[in-house]
Amino acid sequence: MTALLQIQDLKTQFSTSSGTVKAVDGVTYDVEEGETVAVVGESGCGKSVTALSIMRLVAEPAGKIVGGKILFQDINLLDLDIEEMRNIRGKDIAMVFQEPMTSLNPVLTIGMQLMETLQQHLDVDETAAQARAVELLGLVGISDAERRLAQYPHNLSGGMRQRVMIAMALSCEPKLIIADEPTTALDVTIQAQILELMKDLTRRLGVALIIITHNLGVVARYANRVNVMYAGKIIERGNAREIYHNPKHPYTLGLLRSVPRLDQPRGERLVPIVGHPPDLTRLDGGCAFRPRCTFAVDRCAREIPPLVDVDGGHLSACWEHENVGLNVRKAS
Amino acid sequence: MSVAESDTNIPQQALGDVLLQVKGLKKHFPITDGILVKRAVAHVKAVDGISFEVRKGETLGLVGESGCGKSTTGRCILQLDQPTEGEIIYDGVDLSTISRAELNRMRERIQVIFQDPFSSLNPRMKIGDIIAEPMHVHGIEPDAAKRRARVSELLTVCGLNPRFADRYPHEMSGGQRQRVGIARALSMRPEFIICDEAVSALDVSIQAQVINLLEDLREQFNLTYLFIAHDLSVVRHLCHRVAVMYLGKIVELAESDELFDNPMHPYTQALLSAVPVPDPDVEAAREHQVVKGEIPSPINPPPGCVFHTRCPKAVASCQTDVPSLRELRPGHWVACTEA
Repeated sequence: MTALLQIQDLKTQFSTSSGTVKAVDGVTYDVEEGETVAVVGESGCGKSVTALSIMRLVAEPAGKIVGGKILFQDINLLDLDIEEMRNIRGKDIAMVFQEPMTSLNPVLTIGMQLMETLQQHLDVDETAAQARAVELLGLVGISDAERRLAQYPHNLSGGMRQRVMIAMALSCEPKLIIADEPTTALDVTIQAQILELMKDLTRRLGVALIIITHNLGVVARYANRVNVMYAGKIIERGNAREIYHNPKHPYTLGLLRSVPRLDQPRGERLVPIVGHPPDLTRLDGGCAFRPRCTFAVDRCAREIPPLVDVDGGHLSACWEHENVGLNVRKAS
Repeated sequence: MSVAESDTNIPQQALGDVLLQVKGLKKHFPITDGILVKRAVAHVKAVDGISFEVRKGETLGLVGESGCGKSTTGRCILQLDQPTEGEIIYDGVDLSTISRAELNRMRERIQVIFQDPFSSLNPRMKIGDIIAEPMHVHGIEPDAAKRRARVSELLTVCGLNPRFADRYPHEMSGGQRQRVGIARALSMRPEFIICDEAVSALDVSIQAQVINLLEDLREQFNLTYLFIAHDLSVVRHLCHRVAVMYLGKIVELAESDELFDNPMHPYTQALLSAVPVPDPDVEAAREHQVVKGEIPSPINPPPGCVFHTRCPKAVASCQTDVPSLRELRPGHWVACTEA
């Protein structure tokens, strides 16, 4: 059986006054049905642009998908016209954005926004849509649902708004939900509530989930498979355990060593990654992580390392992945 | 075991000289109504009677979720917000009673680093001028050439190239800008720095660099920090002692190791349980107690214990009795009757 979603060599670029930004530069990954896949990386690594490309929401004309395929149930989304894409967006693939404050329409009631999606995609009348909206709010843990339908986004707290966003995403029983930093704007106790809710609902309803985040802890708690992105490329992929215990790319290793952990002794000095992320308009023919890498060799400046299987389903894009592995074993 | 009788009773510490004392601090912001005549119809109780002290050389963490009053506390200490009630005593002087000129002199000793490296630097000023401005304002280094030399020195101390002095903020990354904010704070040779979410806006790899820088500077210049943050892992890493705030009150205060190894307030326990650890095995083995409900409004906080509406351990008396901070173990203060 083929995967639910197959992204193949996706390239998305933005033209700016200072040059072409290769925001997504040859990204390939699959999402199986009902699976939770994480995309991790720091600001500007292209993780959100990948998601917007899947939804065909990249802001034109500055942004453009210039290459690759996005196969959803074997249909290339990039071949669809606007109308066909609109039928998939929000119905088969739904998205939950980071900012629950700005992604809801402030002048429409919660009920209208929920029912709009339903009536757009499903053949339902207003009464049925309203009944379904009430049911959805109950599903995401909002009590007193009927009263809430008449309220506006500003009447709700950040956590409540994100619950409404999730209700909207679930409304047409999608096969895939893309959650772009769904809890970054929320407080930690509310973050825990929302993540538990999403985990529970996606498992119960069998929905596949792409969770995009910069938070390594969130990934460890919720994802089966992890893609690590840097400068527009996936540089490591594997199951969560492998990535965390046996990283094969210096960037992943660096990320893991940069964060203080609650379960480890206090007072140990953090090991940051030196330097800062590259300018995406000025990438050369070598590995983009090279200037910050402690494992770099001459070859890294000449050839971009491809993402290859280095250990039974664990992929790394690093010429020196064996050295990284040795270093990890020595440290532990 | 001693029991604090009132809010103004300060958790005492045997070690080190006390640099800052906050006693019974309250900050209530009025919500006004009316077009011509504004009258207060309600108050946001941002900070509602907190007391703590900071000793020389220590880093005290102030943690809590949005709206708990941690940033307002920092602003009250700096006298950027006038406290409604209570005293801010810095090195024996009550900051709310001194004159403007005296306060300005005091501010040379107390500096602040803000969260947002994008909005806390003037976009029309060069980095060098941004760092030199406090020295100019306070008349510390009247000689322009010496000021420039000092700017170079500060940039180097903060891990930036001295050439950056001629650049504008928009030419720098978030991490670099935050280093500029730190250099500006250091320009006054302060002894006390309030870090208000100083690393929250940074990516993890950059965040680690800035955390290490703050640690180095603390060592090098004998700095005392009040570290205000919401990220518990970072707070644990950097702070000697930690105070946990909820709805304008301190609910728990202890040495860092003690607080994180042995949290006694149900809110602290919930916070710690909510923080995910970057290790799938640890996460799979951990028990997650998700605290229910949302933070109530500080306009009308719950009576009794402010946390009782969400607390898994609440009993009937929590709805009426305000728990005071009690020292349940040496140096470990908890505001919970059930702890």
